[in-house]
Amino acid sequence: MAVSPQTRIYEGTRIPSPIPTILQVDPAKHDLEDILTVNFGPNHPSTHGVLRLIVDLDGEAIAGISAVIGYLHTGFEKTMEQKTWWKCMTYPERIDYVSYQYNGLAFVLAVEKLLEIGVPRKATWMRMCLGELNRLHSHLIWLGTSALELGAISMLWYAFREREEIVLLTEMVGGARMHTRYFQAGGLAGDIPPGFYDVARKFCVQMIKGVDDYETILDANKIWLERTVGVGLLSTDDAIALGQSGPILRASGVDWDLRRDMPYLTYHEVDFDVPVYSGGDVYDRYKVHMDEMRQSVRIISQCLDRLETMEGEPWIADDRKVVLPPRHELHTSMESLIHHFKIVTEGYTVPEGEIYLAVESPRGELGVYLVSDGGPKPWRVKFRAPSFVALQATATCMTDAAVADLIAIVGSLDGVMGEVDR
Amino acid sequence: MAYEAVPGVVETREAYGETTLVVDPARLVEACIYLRDEEGFSFLSDLSPADYFGWGAVGVAGYIGTAAGRDMHAPGSQGLSRVPDPKPKRFSVSYHLLAMSAAPRRVRVQVWLDDAEEVDSVVSVWPTADWHEREAFDMVGIRFRGHPNLVRILMDDDWEGHPLRKDYPIGGEPVRFSGEE
Repeated sequence: MAVSPQTRIYEGTRIPSPIPTILQVDPAKHDLEDILTVNFGPNHPSTHGVLRLIVDLDGEAIAGISAVIGYLHTGFEKTMEQKTWWKCMTYPERIDYVSYQYNGLAFVLAVEKLLEIGVPRKATWMRMCLGELNRLHSHLIWLGTSALELGAISMLWYAFREREEIVLLTEMVGGARMHTRYFQAGGLAGDIPPGFYDVARKFCVQMIKGVDDYETILDANKIWLERTVGVGLLSTDDAIALGQSGPILRASGVDWDLRRDMPYLTYHEVDFDVPVYSGGDVYDRYKVHMDEMRQSVRIISQCLDRLETMEGEPWIADDRKVVLPPRHELHTSMESLIHHFKIVTEGYTVPEGEIYLAVESPRGELGVYLVSDGGPKPWRVKFRAPSFVALQATATCMTDAAVADLIAIVGSLDGVMGEVDR
Repeated sequence: MAYEAVPGVVETREAYGETTLVVDPARLVEACIYLRDEEGFSFLSDLSPADYFGWGAVGVAGYIGTAAGRDMHAPGSQGLSRVPDPKPKRFSVSYHLLAMSAAPRRVRVQVWLDDAEEVDSVVSVWPTADWHEREAFDMVGIRFRGHPNLVRILMDDDWEGHPLRKDYPIGGEPVRFSGEE
């Protein structure tokens, strides 16, 4: 039933010249009198936020395209320079609001590296567990919305069925459905609540069945296949040259995953496979997402196995210069009260230095570049946003595409505009 | 890992397990091509500019403190516990490179620039630098010589100033549709 499509990727490079991110109308290929310039966005339902595409159309074919971003620029990096490190923790989660937990994780890991603070193993495993849950959350939203845009409306409701379970799990742990601020420098904000493991295990079973459901719906859908197979091609060389990462890179035949190749947390202690496809089209990007969801469930199960053996262990480092003292101590200990007061008002200081730390977020390489001058506020925070880089590939992917493919291609690049514009 | 053969390196630093190669801005492209072709750094992860205006001094946007240390008599002052090491010039641009080999590694190439000093664009080396350099120009005002399309990317085309510079104030932006007009 499910067709296994054989697409052939183009040879060499087709990155537009001289500007790699803008496809200009070629007068030799198109009769300039027939060119119609159409503006998509910034508020267009299929742009996943506020993305503006200026498209030059020759009939139905795309002759030229350029992407305009910046409509959601909120100045996160400037704001974070004004806040203490301790208060900064809330910002990264809001940069990419779909993979909030993973963005928080990247920042926290970077600060911990500068602080050279040890983290209890329970916190490390829980971070991995929540990180993978968040990857599922992000992939589900991607799947639901991209399929919706191509007409598979029911897909959204199936994807949001499982997505709801994930936000409920997040709420159970951190008290909020999104943006929990659960990851702190030194560990976690609180212990893992009782009953979490059971609910999470039940969810793993449901999720595996869910992924099978999605594939049954989409892989047998002729419209879905015709609109995705062979559309939006990106060759291996072009993907690397354009700095693509995550599912886009793996769909273009590059066997690369930071979790496996440059492990952080304890990814080297869990078993998982890295799905790689070589078609470089929208369909293969979809397949990578689906396989990654299965692998995430595998990782979550292994995390839960480990976490269950760590009952009663500490979840945050015992470093009173960085970590808030337990609440109950404030009523009895002067020392704790002072520490609490100092961290909340002045913040902790982070040693002078600069680092770049990258993690494999659901969208690809998420990098954090930090500069500290030794004070309580960051001197410079810079995020290497994977979707910002992903949108640079729009022009290359759109070469020889039709206007209907535009929706599928933009969807497959999985840009979250909050992260693109920061 | 030694990088002595990289052209134009003026200083090599190791910190937090990361290697930083400070490169002479005039030989940046040469160094980048060498790193890409000879050392296998085919992937430009990130390009991060930073402004060090007022580094270790007083009066910078959003920063209260004294170069000499904390002012214990000013309530709520958030000063430095020690003065940080001086920086050679006002701006740094860091290129974070990645080699996707069996033994993957990263390296940071860094150039230092004064105000109004230009640096060569690396778009010809890694096409992904296109938007990164536009962002660096837009936010910090670094000018990249030879960039095919160096225009603002996140801010409006007619925006004045570069928001991530340290002398760019917080607040005080003109409000466009206020009731006074």
